[in-house]
Amino acid sequence: MSVGTVKEVQRRVHMTLQVNGEEIDVSFAPYKTLLEVLREDLGLTGTKHGCELGECGACAVLIDGEPLLSCLTLAVECAGRAIETIEGLAQGTQLHPLQEAFADLGGSQCGYCTPGAVMTAKALLDKEPSPTPQRIKEAMSGNICRCTGYQQIVESVERAAGCCRNAEREAT
Amino acid sequence: MNEIEQYLAPRRLDEALQAMANGDATVLCGGTDLAPQTESGARQYTAKLLNIRRIDGLGGIAAETDQVRIGAVTTISEIRCHPALAEIAPVLVEAAEHFASEQIRNAASLGGNLCNASPAGDMIPPLLVLGASVELACWRGGAVQTRLIPLERFFVSPGKTVKLPEELLTAVVFDRPAADFVGKFRKSGPRPALEISTVSLALGARIADGLLSNVRVAMGSVAPTPLRARHVEAALEGKPLDAASIAAAVAATAEDAKPIDDVRASAWYRSHLVRVFLEEVLNDVRGN
Repeated sequence: MSVGTVKEVQRRVHMTLQVNGEEIDVSFAPYKTLLEVLREDLGLTGTKHGCELGECGACAVLIDGEPLLSCLTLAVECAGRAIETIEGLAQGTQLHPLQEAFADLGGSQCGYCTPGAVMTAKALLDKEPSPTPQRIKEAMSGNICRCTGYQQIVESVERAAGCCRNAEREAT
Repeated sequence: MNEIEQYLAPRRLDEALQAMANGDATVLCGGTDLAPQTESGARQYTAKLLNIRRIDGLGGIAAETDQVRIGAVTTISEIRCHPALAEIAPVLVEAAEHFASEQIRNAASLGGNLCNASPAGDMIPPLLVLGASVELACWRGGAVQTRLIPLERFFVSPGKTVKLPEELLTAVVFDRPAADFVGKFRKSGPRPALEISTVSLALGARIADGLLSNVRVAMGSVAPTPLRARHVEAALEGKPLDAASIAAAVAATAEDAKPIDDVRASAWYRSHLVRVFLEEVLNDVRGN
């Protein structure tokens, strides 16, 4: 077996993860999920522990631009992939339009599902700048919220989509 | 929890198969079943964790020839968004559409859904009605050896398949359906997203001059493994799609579906759903 293509490690993995555009060296036990490494080893506690069964969406992050559940993704699998979490969304004090809309329209109440919901919505808007309410509901159907009744979340994503489109227009 | 002592992410199939030749590797792809199962203690990691997702040639959908081939690590999202598959085998795309949620579809692989061997696996009934086979590969005698198993004979019991521990499921293949083939899929759970099917059902058949032929009906969550409903198929084969044949097929479900009571539904309810779904898909086809 050629060594160059197969990685062997003992007990702990040492690797570089790319999180929110930054390269970070980290060392962790190989059974750890991305969620655990983000929260426990990198101190990025914005991403939430929910059901840890892939049923609630609270831990959703973007990997190479696609929403995935960090509770089901082993961190060792993430070498060389771009990870985006809620911490990377605001530019300094400038909130992302999704964060602003969720705050303004009550899309976030207790807030526990919000990071996962916002990241899932970001993946949607990055690909589809003008989703219909039906499409938003469909794309967000893996994110369970016990407070808002969902209507405010859908409205928040619609408002943010409009803001992103306007910003795009002004920039060009 | 057992310690993982070795993590392997080979690029080549022969390397992966050599690494699992002793039958002692835990195979990782999307992790959507493996992670919760190890978390709950239902499964243990072995000392060797083998990530198969980076193996060249194990992903991708080839739908241009008479035989359709879907690589084992192809995600459910890729199946859902594949234009040629939507044309050739919409029944499979329909099942991908109803699979869990966006986040899980982006990670879960077709091979994983089959190897997990859940009686409720969403991709299984449509593949059964497409007459699919699975390709299993292993390292034997200093070379890669493969064998093809009809999907219908792949499942043994919940979580168990005929795949040997040293074998890797590498692809799913099926013949391109005929132009007059129709396929339908139904599943139900308490809500449309993120549900393990209470019952699932797929129909595949050819229709010429108003008569059904090559009828295949498959059901999930009504027995220890997903199954072909032979009595239902016999009731429809060669028949026109009319009220009498539909009633006979619906009655025949009692011979094929042997569901149990469990946390998700009662046996009575599952039997009822099977009848409703079969009638719906047959009426759908009849309406078109």
